[in-house]
Amino acid sequence: MTKSFNPQSYEPGTHPDLPPPAITTGLIGWIKTNLFSSPLNTALTLISLWFLWQILPSSIHWLFTGAVWSAVDRKECWAMMDAPRDGACWAFIRGSLELFLYGWYPEPERWRVNLTFILFGAAVFGALRENIPGKKYWLMFAAVFPFLAAWLLFGGFGLEPVPTGKLGGILLTLVVAVTGISFSLPLGIALALGRRSRLPVLRAICVIFIEFIRGVPLITLLFVASTMLTYFLPPGSSFDLLMRVLIMVTLFAAAYIAEVVRGGLQGLSSGQYEAADALGLTYWQSHRLIILPQALKISIPGIVNTFIGSYKDSVLVLIIGMMDILGLGRARLNDPDWLGLAPELYIFISLFFFVSCFAMARYSLSLEKKLETGHQS
Amino acid sequence: MASSNAPSNVLSQLWRNKESRGVIIQIFTMVIVFGLLAVIARNVVINLEAVGKEFSFDFLFWPAGYDIGFSPFIEYTNKSTHFMSGVVGLLNTLLIAFWGCILATILGFVIGIMRLSSNWLVSRVSYVFVEFVRNVPVLIHILAIYAIVVTILPSTKQAISLGGDLFFLSNRGFYIPAPIFESGAGWVGIVLLISIGLVIAFKRRAKRIQDNTGRIYPVFWISLAILTVLPSLALVAMDTPISWDIPALKGFNFQGGMAVKPEFIALWLGLSYYTAAFIAEIVRAGILAVSHGQTEAAHALGVRPNRTLQLIIIPQALRIIVPPLCSQYLNLTKNSSLAIAIGYMDITATLGGISLMQTGKEMETMLIVMGIYLIISLLISSFMNWFNSRIKLTER
Repeated sequence: MTKSFNPQSYEPGTHPDLPPPAITTGLIGWIKTNLFSSPLNTALTLISLWFLWQILPSSIHWLFTGAVWSAVDRKECWAMMDAPRDGACWAFIRGSLELFLYGWYPEPERWRVNLTFILFGAAVFGALRENIPGKKYWLMFAAVFPFLAAWLLFGGFGLEPVPTGKLGGILLTLVVAVTGISFSLPLGIALALGRRSRLPVLRAICVIFIEFIRGVPLITLLFVASTMLTYFLPPGSSFDLLMRVLIMVTLFAAAYIAEVVRGGLQGLSSGQYEAADALGLTYWQSHRLIILPQALKISIPGIVNTFIGSYKDSVLVLIIGMMDILGLGRARLNDPDWLGLAPELYIFISLFFFVSCFAMARYSLSLEKKLETGHQS
Repeated sequence: MASSNAPSNVLSQLWRNKESRGVIIQIFTMVIVFGLLAVIARNVVINLEAVGKEFSFDFLFWPAGYDIGFSPFIEYTNKSTHFMSGVVGLLNTLLIAFWGCILATILGFVIGIMRLSSNWLVSRVSYVFVEFVRNVPVLIHILAIYAIVVTILPSTKQAISLGGDLFFLSNRGFYIPAPIFESGAGWVGIVLLISIGLVIAFKRRAKRIQDNTGRIYPVFWISLAILTVLPSLALVAMDTPISWDIPALKGFNFQGGMAVKPEFIALWLGLSYYTAAFIAEIVRAGILAVSHGQTEAAHALGVRPNRTLQLIIIPQALRIIVPPLCSQYLNLTKNSSLAIAIGYMDITATLGGISLMQTGKEMETMLIVMGIYLIISLLISSFMNWFNSRIKLTER
């Protein structure tokens, strides 16, 4: 053995390739370089491990192994555990799932909500998925969807009308969020173009609007919607509260979208504008064919972030008394059968938002990668 | 024929000309916007008359008639005016915004640097934290912490004692020792201010000397010495005029000390770690954006690693970090209006909430509240612009 380590016994170039030292490869090597590379790193690893050890086992016990999945009320739930609150009482969430999903939507009409959910899935799929046959028609469907959904949910034109106050829970959250998202994009683009217009009056109006909306919290705008907006309307006309809230949420999101799109427009090199002018394209032609496709592409991460923000902001409607998923859940906490199960409720709602927002963020990342053309601005 | 054609010709010519078309469009927009505003104003006047209200700010000087449980700065009773309740609310908003920004910045920088750690476990843990926190609405965080504080922490009788009976955690709040200032404390304060002034002067001098000669003073240690030694000398000289009022359980409640209310804790922690998740991503992006060549160049010049971080990396990273950081501060301030959901009395909850309901002055109260938020936003963004122009890259 010792002979093979003696360099003298080989002619130059004939030494056999030795495997890398075991300590730098495989699991051990990985652990050594990533967890214990220095005294500081070792200490950090040990602290993290201790921290995880403190949290994880008890959380897993509370969330899963010690949890109760079906019971009629909290007393029964706790009776099944070693000690009250030793585990989660998921029976509460399971029992309220239907309420959380549909709110007070009338029982016989719920197929309309289900159909809306299915169509919503189809619209999202069609709008986001690349390379599907008939992409143009999918996009047209996605653009028409909000109106179709409004007809399905609120009735009229042959369907039983359903008052907007019956909407609640996840349905209401989605209605607020999807409306905000789908109408704020065109409005936001228009505002961004207005802000960059060479016409001073148009520019001033857009700047004032955008800066005003971005300067105040959404709650104050919702208060305006719930208390003040009726004064702005012609006397005698009444305007549904949900409608007023939707308008405010849309305006709010549009101001933020406008700033994101403006960033995209500014990120474009002036050569693009000049080239479009040199080709003799009009303002609208150059924007439709050259400027906006590129500017929107740069702004995708910002736009999706704004969408995620306005989706998360939709829970604020509970402050003006609308029963979205959070409002309904909190009302449900006062039910004597389920009193004090706040942790279960908040974990469920957090998970609901986390899954949808995280999915959106991931989609945005993948889209960014796909649209990356290698050259910047 | 020709005469009837002439005006339309003129119009179409005006429309074809870029300049005149711009003027036409602008006039048209102005007519629409002002028309709309006029219609709204007319509707408001008619509607207000119909319900018998008038537009005036007199209500600000009516007695408010409601209590505010949390007014740490000024005296407020339910006999005070709506104006005073607005002031209390504004101070509470500023208080939560101030402490929130501080905690969020510290947490954000720590988590952001942890995300960049070469330690896999540390960077994963902070990644999971950031992704979970920022994908859940901040209102849910606040409500969840509030629920934890109120329902899971023990009552005052079984309060959790920390640090040898100095701090107490209970569902009525967090009790901490409160300083009592006796006569002579003012002198200590003055000495403290003087030593801060000395530190600033010393820093300037040290920088000038370093610029001129290259000699580096241990600025941090000398500043620390000035800041600790002088005030403690003053303390001793004035016969320790500052003592601590330590909270103690008397009957069903704590006496003495300072009580940090559960509403404040929930709002403060919720806003801070939610914003910290965003700040962490900003910090990470900022540090990653400084090219590695900068570090290598500094090392090649023989600059030690911590000096490299201090003199080369951080100043360049800050240039990228500060603008989005400021907009996060702005977001935190605006999100502090969520206080109303858990009953912390900020400006939205006092003036925009209870005063609105009690006086029925929707227009006036909302105008004031929105105006105040707009002013805060403008102040923060003008600070940001000033700072930006100060640290802007001066290209030569």
